[in-house]
Amino acid sequence: MGQLRQPRRRLLHVEGLKPGQRWYIGYLYLLPGLLIYGLFVFLPILDTFRYSLFRWDGISQPVFTGLGNYAALIHDPTFLTALFNNAVFIFFYTVLPILLALLLTGLMTRRPLPGMTFFRAGLFVPQVMSMVVVGVVWRWILNPVNGPLNQLLKALGLGAWAKAWLGDFTWALPAVGGIGTWVEYGFCMVLFIAGVQRIEPTLYDAARIDGANAYQEFRYVTLPGLRSELVVAIITTLIAALRVFDLVFVTTRGGPGTRTLVMAFHIWRNAFVVNNVGYAAAVAVVLTVLILTVSVAVLTVQERLTREE
Amino acid sequence: MTRYRFRDLGGVILTYLLLSLFLAIAFLPFLSIFLAAFKTEAEIAQGAFALPQQWRLDAFVKAWEQASFNLYFRSSVIVAVPVVVISVILSILTGYAFGTMRFVGSQWLFVLFLIGLMVPFEAVVIPLYYRMRAVRLTDTYWALILPQIGLSVSFGTFWMRGFFKNAPGELIDAALIDGCNSFTALWRVLLPLARPAILTLIVLLFMWTWNEFLLALVMVSQEGLRTLPVGLAFFQGRHTAQVPLLAAGSLIVSGPILLVYVIFQRYFIRGMTAGAIRG
Repeated sequence: MGQLRQPRRRLLHVEGLKPGQRWYIGYLYLLPGLLIYGLFVFLPILDTFRYSLFRWDGISQPVFTGLGNYAALIHDPTFLTALFNNAVFIFFYTVLPILLALLLTGLMTRRPLPGMTFFRAGLFVPQVMSMVVVGVVWRWILNPVNGPLNQLLKALGLGAWAKAWLGDFTWALPAVGGIGTWVEYGFCMVLFIAGVQRIEPTLYDAARIDGANAYQEFRYVTLPGLRSELVVAIITTLIAALRVFDLVFVTTRGGPGTRTLVMAFHIWRNAFVVNNVGYAAAVAVVLTVLILTVSVAVLTVQERLTREE
Repeated sequence: MTRYRFRDLGGVILTYLLLSLFLAIAFLPFLSIFLAAFKTEAEIAQGAFALPQQWRLDAFVKAWEQASFNLYFRSSVIVAVPVVVISVILSILTGYAFGTMRFVGSQWLFVLFLIGLMVPFEAVVIPLYYRMRAVRLTDTYWALILPQIGLSVSFGTFWMRGFFKNAPGELIDAALIDGCNSFTALWRVLLPLARPAILTLIVLLFMWTWNEFLLALVMVSQEGLRTLPVGLAFFQGRHTAQVPLLAAGSLIVSGPILLVYVIFQRYFIRGMTAGAIRG
């Protein structure tokens, strides 16, 4: 039976779906999607690389500068500040939410409890909201005049700590970063809680019989069991940290000074405000390469770990 | 045995406590802005979580009529509906081809689509803007609709291919023997099965399109063409102090998303935790 089916299936798949169907049928299905995608997404990506080799103000004739824009950005203190701030955001968007979510997952019971759907749905809400709304909400919470955070501090007798969080040279970056932590931790928790429930319960029984304490149980059963969830969490939050734009645009516009400037905002400002288009394209290329590199790196590490087992 | 049960009970209580605490942290900021939309400025100064003495709708009326949120809302609908509908249709077609057919270059073409999924939109928007300007499409809805279809098809292809690859091949075979061609096999046999996958795709694309900010910020400068997120961002830049209006505006922006989320939250969470990467 299997042998009989074999040749027919291959034929079906080589020539579209049906025997005798034309070879181009597959391409016909692709054509409309490919056309729009190619024209409005893929070709512009290639163009960005090309733009990055020119000096251009968006109006006059572009001047070829080779790698000049890249040489310029290495020495541009503003770009380096943006790069540094994105690195700080990795701490707030990736490290902090994942550690927090892991800690909470470790403390929670692994039994599926009634009401979990409700908690899951609630924790996920910041993920589906527009970042502009998130920014507006937090700008109000952190505002110096009668913002809820300062009100709370005063009520606790810590009035001296009240400040203009987003306008403060020391506190603006952690404040915007903290908003990122707030957005991402629910996402990580939802991932990990679901992941824990997929771990084989007998593994925990075995650990208990071996006399493992709570920490060892977490370290040797829970953590390895959450590997694929961790990879998803790391990649998603890393990309979010590197791409921050809407939130900075709404809360601080990169200020005070360049204290909260990030790469995406630097790109937008250069491309569309100060018309340094070629340079902006070079920064965009760097951002793209960074994002692709970290994604591939995380996936490679994951693959290697899986193979070692 | 009793010891375990006791330990379990403690764990259950602790779990509910932690979940409630962090759910509250996720929710209180939204609750405070929700309440603020119904209060007066004076009431807001009195406390973030105090209930308004009277549930006023003044701020909503003012935001809708005077602060142009009616225009922004209209733009958001005009952009989101065609983007979602067309992207889903095109993605079903491309996903079907990649998932069930084999043809020369299919691997490479699929990688081509994946690139759009991984590359950040910042690397697309600069040339896109200048090209659009050259053909006089900036400051039109086309400049918002067409690129977002392209972007959505990139994710949609990846998503629908996953579905079609796992669809039972015997079904397709049976349909072909019954005299279906490739299109009727898709339409009559596979699409009814694909409903959960398509529904997930619809809600994800709707959310991404509704919340999209960078493209709408760059492509249009006319007030009447601005979508809700961009409108809200500019409104907040001008009127930082008008908290009830800002709050009402925020609720107008998030209302439709929250409504869809409440109905389809299972699909949201499944989609976002499974196909988590998107540029």
